[in-house]
Amino acid sequence: MLGARRWREQVGRLWARPWVPPLFLLFLVLLPILLAAQQGVSPDRLLSLVIWGTMLGSILALGAIGLTLVYGILRFANFAHGDLMTLGAYLALFMLTLLPQGPPLRPFSFSLEFLVALGLVFPLTGLAALLVDRFLYRPLRFRRAQPVVLAMAAFAAAFFVRSLIYLFWGPDFLFYYVGRPRPAMEVFGVLLRPDQLFILGLALLLVFLLYLLLEKTKLGKAMRATADNPDLARTCGIPTERVALWTWLLGGGLAGISGVMLGLDAQLRPEMGWFMLLPLFAAVILGGIGNPYGALAGAMVIGIAQQVSASFLNPAYAPGVAFVLMILVLLVRPQGIFGRPGG
Amino acid sequence: MSLLKAEGVSGGYGDLEVLRDVSIRVEPGEIVSLIGPNGAGKSTLLKTLFGLLRCRRGVIRFKGEEVTHALPEALVRKGMAYVPQVDNVFPSLSAEENLEMGAFVLSGDLKERKERVFRLFPRLRERRHQRVGRMSGGERQMVAIGRALMLDPELLMLDEPSAGLAPVLVDHIFEQILAINRTGVAILMVEQNAKKSLELAHRAYVLAAGQNRFEGPGPELLTNPEIGRLYLGG
Amino acid sequence: MEADTLIKSALLALPLAFLLLSFWPGRRALAWLAPALLLALLLHWVLPTGLLAYLVSFAVFASVFALLSLGLNVHWGYTGLFNIGIAGFFALGAFTSALFTTAMPSGALALYSQQAFGLGMPFLVGVLSAAILSGVVAFLVGLPTLRLREDYLAIATIGVAELIRLVFQNERWLANGPQPLRGIPRPLYCLTDGPSCDWLPTFLHPLFAGLEPRDYPYLYLVLVSAAVVLVYLALEKALRSPWGRVLRAIREDEVSAAMVGKNVFAFKLEAFVVGAMIMGIGGAFYAHFLVSIDYGHFIPLFGTFLIWVMLMLGGSGNNKGAILGAFVIWGVWTGTAFLTDTLTPFLAAISEDLPARSPYLRYLFISLVFMAILLYRPRGLLGEEKTVSQFMENAK
Repeated sequence: MLGARRWREQVGRLWARPWVPPLFLLFLVLLPILLAAQQGVSPDRLLSLVIWGTMLGSILALGAIGLTLVYGILRFANFAHGDLMTLGAYLALFMLTLLPQGPPLRPFSFSLEFLVALGLVFPLTGLAALLVDRFLYRPLRFRRAQPVVLAMAAFAAAFFVRSLIYLFWGPDFLFYYVGRPRPAMEVFGVLLRPDQLFILGLALLLVFLLYLLLEKTKLGKAMRATADNPDLARTCGIPTERVALWTWLLGGGLAGISGVMLGLDAQLRPEMGWFMLLPLFAAVILGGIGNPYGALAGAMVIGIAQQVSASFLNPAYAPGVAFVLMILVLLVRPQGIFGRPGG
Repeated sequence: MSLLKAEGVSGGYGDLEVLRDVSIRVEPGEIVSLIGPNGAGKSTLLKTLFGLLRCRRGVIRFKGEEVTHALPEALVRKGMAYVPQVDNVFPSLSAEENLEMGAFVLSGDLKERKERVFRLFPRLRERRHQRVGRMSGGERQMVAIGRALMLDPELLMLDEPSAGLAPVLVDHIFEQILAINRTGVAILMVEQNAKKSLELAHRAYVLAAGQNRFEGPGPELLTNPEIGRLYLGG
Repeated sequence: MEADTLIKSALLALPLAFLLLSFWPGRRALAWLAPALLLALLLHWVLPTGLLAYLVSFAVFASVFALLSLGLNVHWGYTGLFNIGIAGFFALGAFTSALFTTAMPSGALALYSQQAFGLGMPFLVGVLSAAILSGVVAFLVGLPTLRLREDYLAIATIGVAELIRLVFQNERWLANGPQPLRGIPRPLYCLTDGPSCDWLPTFLHPLFAGLEPRDYPYLYLVLVSAAVVLVYLALEKALRSPWGRVLRAIREDEVSAAMVGKNVFAFKLEAFVVGAMIMGIGGAFYAHFLVSIDYGHFIPLFGTFLIWVMLMLGGSGNNKGAILGAFVIWGVWTGTAFLTDTLTPFLAAISEDLPARSPYLRYLFISLVFMAILLYRPRGLLGEEKTVSQFMENAK
């Protein structure tokens, strides 16, 4: 018994060293890469898989950061987050039908109106997230429902959103632009579609803007503080309900944008967000709940691991890869790689 | 006029009534110590005074104004500050950001106020950009107290400020508390370390089983044989 | 009176006796058989044959879901374990029992139907293996997650359910995915088909002569309702034992339960395994009635969400509520299918795409029902039975 405790203390001290968490992250990224190399996947292909993985990771990060903030601030697992992504993707499609269609912005497959739609998706999905909060989560929160009841409500909200999408758009695969060619080009020996470069660039830009918000603004700091310790935030006089409101707008909006990116990269389908739920939660848990930078790092690891493992595994099992990584982290470091004890 | 005056306060968690008819007052500029055995309701009293727990019966007045059912947000603005015993910092924020959060309700420049806290705790100035989660227990306690001082409170409530600290640091924290008090801030603290806190306190209350048992000047209680036997282990 | 009415009524009498027993407990089960038989005859006399047959097959499905809902009640209702991957144990039970009981496809069939093994074992062996395998998987999932915060289990169960479905979708060699696994044997089917079963003494053959293959649901209802009753009785006994009291203590206040020296983790793990085994049994009963199953049956909406709505409506922490909820929600689910059919002309007027999508109206409706329960009636129809102390009731 004493031995176990001493062992745990030793391990805890090890994790407190600044170089250990990044090293472990590196290990998680290298694990699938080494497995792939061992299966005889060529370095060229590995490089492009890693780059695709970075793109997937940056899409995931936009969703995971919102999820982790909500998780930290309101203390429940929002199982509807994936379906907010889906909603964003379909809202963009809906707006494309309303907007006049311009010529493609070569070399991209989309036209100007797509960017307009993308801009509108952010506030609209944010608003949708806020509405779900107002009518479902907040009444439960005010009744001091247990977090697990809120998680259950989120589970219901997920199916509600998905059934709306099924009703309005049907179960089939859809595309933003049907029939437009999406040729790949070679960038430093890696085959990439210009759309993917756009996604990567925009995602990185948004993550950077988010970083500025969280580090430099009073609201952003209050978000981080509330996610860290909601009780203490209330003690400080931080209006946590207002912080929650902004978190829904921001988190929902980011989820919507990441859904559009996912739809642009592949296609739209009603289950697209549900399939992302596992990678999203894996990223959040990897980085430690309530820690946006942890979620960013976690999303990158999951994104790369999923893409690289597709070279030796049936790609259908990509969510399984996220799941295995998550279980691995839960076994060795349940509070997340950047988390803190008891968090 | 007393700074804080609570009369006949009862309250607790859920169905469990921890406090029964407790009365307590704090005069401006005083150090008041609350001692008593474990489970006596000392921390519960602080939480009830600060509006974190509902006051079931009784009246609480702060600066003459009734605040029995006021929320923490309102009390913070009125000049009351509270440092919980555990989880009293934002670990993923830097020391400086922790201080800023303490003054969230203020708009405008906080430089002057931060400077004041740094003068009190020079150690924090050195480590202002460090994330608090990576700091030692003593430094965290400085951050927690510094955060509470950001709004210039007239009353600072401390829940076991020396808990879990190394003996050297305990003395240091008590020195800081005295220094804060000298600037005119009244202090109401709960302490496990009864001897030390009685030496420091102008007045003290002994709480047992949710009720007032003794009240008097700190040094007097320290020499009271019955209290010595019951709570000071001597 | 015709022979088939008599035998069908006799078969119906058993589930009806169970039903009567649950309303008026205390009397011996056998004492209800005679009134139940009369009631069954009355039903035959009053209801058109088609409607009665429909109600019987409705009751079969509702009973299967009652098993799943009872399993969830062990997890959530009694122990507070948030399992949102019921579909995983449901699928595992269904496919396991199917693989144990079917025969390996041979000849031309083997060309387009593959499976890892087909043991041709009896039905009960299939059910048992379904329970065991579900329990083993639950053990493996619970081991790393049940020590951690409660929502980690939820995420892990989603993961396992998705993974199990993906495996049955993508692995052709295992259970013919993504094509259906066909030919799952129906227990006692021989009684309805032809001259009756080989093992049945010849003098009993005339008894079942009136049964035709389309009457099979009457027979299956006896089996599945017996399973529901057995599971119900076992759970009632277990949950009123000291073991069950510890589970409830854990649900209400884990820290206190740990402080009085209970190994919270071990109890949670036991409850998780037991609940999952019941879900596995439910899956087995589902498979043997449907004859042919594929991964598509175990999507989260149908395989997990619906069961949650059932338990929450009936009243979590109440085994009767779990069964009642299963019947009510299965009624709502199948009833809304009729409703959306009648709505078709209106939907067509709104948009030409809508009629084809009207099944999704049911999804929408069920999710609204669930949200309404959470907001307005969190204790469900029956609420929890009063086995919890007054203090706990008020503390909520």
